[in-house]
Amino acid sequence: MAGTDPIHQFVIEDMIPIHVGGDGTAGSGLNLSFTNSSLFMVLTVLAITTFVLLASSRKQLVPSRLQLTGELAYEFVANMLRSSAGTEGMKFFPFVFSLFAFVLTANMFGMIPYFFTVTSHIIVTVALALLVMSVVVIYGFVRHGFKFLKLFVPSGVPAYVLPIVVPIEIISFLSRPISLSVRLFGNILAGHITLKVFAGFVVSLGAAGFLGWLGAILPLFMTVALTALEFLVAAVQAYVFAVLTSMYLNDAVHPSH
Amino acid sequence: MEAEAAKYIGAGIATLGMAGAALGVSNIFSNFLSGALRNPSAAPSQTGNLIFGMAMTEALGIFSFLVALILLFVA
Repeated sequence: MAGTDPIHQFVIEDMIPIHVGGDGTAGSGLNLSFTNSSLFMVLTVLAITTFVLLASSRKQLVPSRLQLTGELAYEFVANMLRSSAGTEGMKFFPFVFSLFAFVLTANMFGMIPYFFTVTSHIIVTVALALLVMSVVVIYGFVRHGFKFLKLFVPSGVPAYVLPIVVPIEIISFLSRPISLSVRLFGNILAGHITLKVFAGFVVSLGAAGFLGWLGAILPLFMTVALTALEFLVAAVQAYVFAVLTSMYLNDAVHPSH
Repeated sequence: MEAEAAKYIGAGIATLGMAGAALGVSNIFSNFLSGALRNPSAAPSQTGNLIFGMAMTEALGIFSFLVALILLFVA
């Protein structure tokens, strides 16, 4: 039942096999194959690049529709970053904008039937989250030196509470990359599985004859409603990812809160 | 009990974490709504905080989903 298997949509297939090293047996050496996941990452980046280049190609005082869309996207991310990380955080604007555009476009591509959802694989979201956390930690130490560790010592807390508060702050900092990556991955994975399960109900009920057709109407409507919900989730998760990135960058820019 | 059966029972129990996430998310939205109806002009500026709080709360529910996944496919 490959057609109604809800997990089948996440299978990674080698499109152009590239194997480095190893002795030919499965699992040995490096598998650098160009997969369907890579293909959709390339498509995502191409789509974003085309959009931004086209939107900024003919700059006019009275913007065209495309230029207006580009300006809206810019303003949206810029306001988000400025409100959470201040004007000093605006130097990270290209970083946050790229992350937001990548996650949003990858999620939206995933909503097209038969397309592969890049962000439904935890390796992708963990890579993005670790990138964010490395930027935070490296920039924090380079900019503030050991004063960056003030991040773990909230100001205005009495000294005798610090032995409890500091470990909590450290644990909460360490759990950030986990929650950042798992939130995106979990939402997208769970949403796509739910969609497939309900779509599978339609198929299996429809195969049961006339009464089944009547029953299949309910999951069909449910699938339509869930698709709308998944579009919302795709946009909200990209927004949340970008907001949290700017908040974590704020910690790197202003560590003593 | 067989280890395989215990895995599935554990994964099923892990879904109970959704109850906590449901309480949290409903708390956030109900408080936001009651606040927004009292002072509608201040509501639009707080949607960012609303979404952020929802994401924070939801993450804990997603963690229980993660536990279920680990039990089913990794452990």
